[in-house]
Amino acid sequence: MTVRIGVVLFPGSNRDIDAVNALRIAGAEPVILWHDDADLAGVAGVLLPGGFAYGDYLRAGVIARFSPVMRAVAGFAADGGHVLGICNGFQVLTEAHLLPGALLRNRGLRFVSRGVTITAERLDTPFTRALGERRALRMPVAHGEGCFFADEATLDELEANGQVLFRYVHPDGTRAGGEDDRANPNGSLRAIAGVINAAGNVAGLMPHPETAVEEVLGSDDGLGIIASFVASATERRAAGGAAAVAVGAGSR
Amino acid sequence: MTTTTDFRFAVNVSPKPGILDPQGRAVEGSLGHLGIDGVSAVRVGRRIELTVAAADEAGARSIVERLAGELLSNPLIEAYAVELLGATSSTRSEVPA
Repeated sequence: MTVRIGVVLFPGSNRDIDAVNALRIAGAEPVILWHDDADLAGVAGVLLPGGFAYGDYLRAGVIARFSPVMRAVAGFAADGGHVLGICNGFQVLTEAHLLPGALLRNRGLRFVSRGVTITAERLDTPFTRALGERRALRMPVAHGEGCFFADEATLDELEANGQVLFRYVHPDGTRAGGEDDRANPNGSLRAIAGVINAAGNVAGLMPHPETAVEEVLGSDDGLGIIASFVASATERRAAGGAAAVAVGAGSR
Repeated sequence: MTTTTDFRFAVNVSPKPGILDPQGRAVEGSLGHLGIDGVSAVRVGRRIELTVAAADEAGARSIVERLAGELLSNPLIEAYAVELLGATSSTRSEVPA
């Protein structure tokens, strides 16, 4: 049976169709979840797509954090469910405190839309297990606020815990430098492109693996990330992981 | 009949000391174009004004504090200061529910 993966649709989401396409290619059945509905429709995993949820007013991701669907997503994550946030979805997850750190305005101040190279720092997580081996992955970024920030103590802790999941690298795989290095598109501290929570079931990244899933799009390097996520959600569901439970009455 | 007061607040949100502020840096970088010298340490924040209806100032302030800490600022990167701008009392008839 095809596993059902939720794609949350906030007002202002605009990468939901790319996410749906990528999930289909990875063999999942995408289910659109409406922001105003605290019901995850029994999906086995949740993907928060890119865009500008609620216009990114106040701070990117913060208003989305208080939407009914995010209360359900927080409950699903607390229960061990797999949640992947891409770009704006990553910003929402940090604002919701489901992931550490914050995404600041790009150090160069410009909105950056181009290809970057990242590597997975770990290959044993639910979001990277299908990547096979550590290698440079090409995919696009498209954001104005993607500069990963946390204080030094938190950064050290993330490194020690293995929570730095993706890093910007040069095309040859060597780690990107600071804001003056073009390989680091937004000046993220320690070239961090994505992180995972301590429990290992919630991850986010600024680059777009969901738009790098077919050679015809220029790269299919992102498919391994989407496929890892789908495989992990499938496995958890098969092992009897609880279905996402609706918050309040009216579960369907 | 019940008396409530409308308290007008401003919440000033600014990047914490030490947090990189690219907007502030860009503003500072532009000062030369205006022919102005001697201006430094520019920080760009945000000011939110709002009105809270409450029985007293302490009650109103606690609501604003909660809003400021949970929504209007991100404590990881921003500090905030709450400022009372004024208060207007009004008497309202309560319609029984």
